[in-house]
Amino acid sequence: MNNSHLRDLYQQMIMDHNKKPRNFRNMVDASHLAHGNNPLCGDALIVYLKLNDDVIEDVSFQGSGCAISVASASLMTEALKGKTLAKAGDIYDEVHRQMTGKGTDQHLSLGKLKVLGGVKGFPARVKCATLSWHTVHAAIDSECDVSVTTE
Amino acid sequence: MNSLDVLAIRKDFPILNQQVNGIQLAYLDNAASSQKSVQVIDAITEYYRRDNANVHRGVHQLSQRSTDAYEASREKVRNFINAKFDKEIIFVRGATEAINLVAHSFVKPQLNPSDEILISHMEHHANIVPWQMICEQTGAQLKVIPMTLQGELDLSNLDDLLNNKTKFLSICHVSNALGTVNPIKNIITKAHAKNISVLIDGAQAVPHMTVNVQDLNCDFYVFSGHKMFAPTGIGALYGKQSLLEDMAPWQGGGDMILSVSFECTEYNEIPYKFEAGTPNISGSIGLGAAIDYINKVGIYRLSKHEQNLLVSATAKLQAIEGIKIIGEAKEKVGVLSFTLKGVHSHDIGTILDQHGIAIRTGHHCAQPVMKFFGISDAARASFAFYNTMDEVDALIQAIKKVRELFA
Repeated sequence: MNNSHLRDLYQQMIMDHNKKPRNFRNMVDASHLAHGNNPLCGDALIVYLKLNDDVIEDVSFQGSGCAISVASASLMTEALKGKTLAKAGDIYDEVHRQMTGKGTDQHLSLGKLKVLGGVKGFPARVKCATLSWHTVHAAIDSECDVSVTTE
Repeated sequence: MNSLDVLAIRKDFPILNQQVNGIQLAYLDNAASSQKSVQVIDAITEYYRRDNANVHRGVHQLSQRSTDAYEASREKVRNFINAKFDKEIIFVRGATEAINLVAHSFVKPQLNPSDEILISHMEHHANIVPWQMICEQTGAQLKVIPMTLQGELDLSNLDDLLNNKTKFLSICHVSNALGTVNPIKNIITKAHAKNISVLIDGAQAVPHMTVNVQDLNCDFYVFSGHKMFAPTGIGALYGKQSLLEDMAPWQGGGDMILSVSFECTEYNEIPYKFEAGTPNISGSIGLGAAIDYINKVGIYRLSKHEQNLLVSATAKLQAIEGIKIIGEAKEKVGVLSFTLKGVHSHDIGTILDQHGIAIRTGHHCAQPVMKFFGISDAARASFAFYNTMDEVDALIQAIKKVRELFA
């Protein structure tokens, strides 16, 4: 039994954000939003953004999914709030590198987001962790409501 | 009748003897795809080592052997489901292709905009989408037989659902998501009383029970090989001779013709009319070997063993706090779908995998079933005759671990 491997994935931080997701709410005055779907899993979420020039003034999400996708979305909202789009892009790239095991950028500290790196040992679950990140990316890139899938 | 010697049987399935994540594998995802015996693997290997050539084409020795083996498998399938004639068995890729063939060649040409096709609420997407597609093309309506909270068909309004607009009825023999065994013989009789033809999706039934298409009197019966211990990419469509003969071919190509000119093509007889191109010869031989294996074990004995596993697993699972079993029909095959409060099925699946246990997670290609029960997904353990009580216990222990982790 590979319990230590499992604990890499289901760390306390992940379990906490799954149970009590942060910024889990509708945003009526969102300037951008996007729907994220993982059709094979049935995971579905909406990411809302309020941009003020190039600063993410507010970000929230709603939806349902596994512990990994909910915790990843929750951690993402915490990490991106108040950031510039340029900084958000850097974080997005770095999170992606860590989740897919493609090395790290030594100059960028991810802090809490490091826990998401646990999915790299579970290839079938990477798409769960990346769903909210792809969705926020799509929301930023688009002026209208868009849908993304991670399949 | 003596009971099943599971340990001897397991020796015939080499894939079962391995460790996953450092633990002995417990393969409990048989409703998604089943494992293959050495007899099946050897039959395919032998075919490629000794007999491989195209069928129905050459005068040479190997082509004759291939043709004989291919047609011998057709006869085995006919026997297996007790069809009247070999030519009523069409080899296809699987149940999905068979349903699409019937939808396009039999049903669609008869459809008018006010007509209805009837399915049930517990169908696999493969028995929903093909009908939706021809409804879209013709303006016909798709109607649905409802189900109960136990996961059984609600047949109280069947007489109204089978009305003078109904052109076709297509339902599953056994539900892949719930395990429910449907009373199809009664339903077929009622449909026939109103001159409505019926297709039965038997993908989840043939690995677990005796099927007799003449007794059922269904017009079409479809199944996939890979769910009954045969290879992927092979399956069968049974159709009554008179219906198949009147149907137009679905795909054109070699083997389905008698003569071809640029002005006119004369089609071959059934079953070849529906088998355009070089067929899956090795797959059909594997399917024949899988049928031999099932017959050797005895379908009565294997189903009795699976029922014992189901009863034990259901009782032990129900005793765990937070577990809800999805699908509690009186008559079920060894399919056990469930949810665990506060835990998504993919998290259950990942944790069970770390304990060497393979189960299905997600929506099981039956999203309307999930929606009916107010869930987006479920975990599903499904048993075959090579599974053991020890594996049931391993499943239960691992689910308890999931609860601890998510407590």
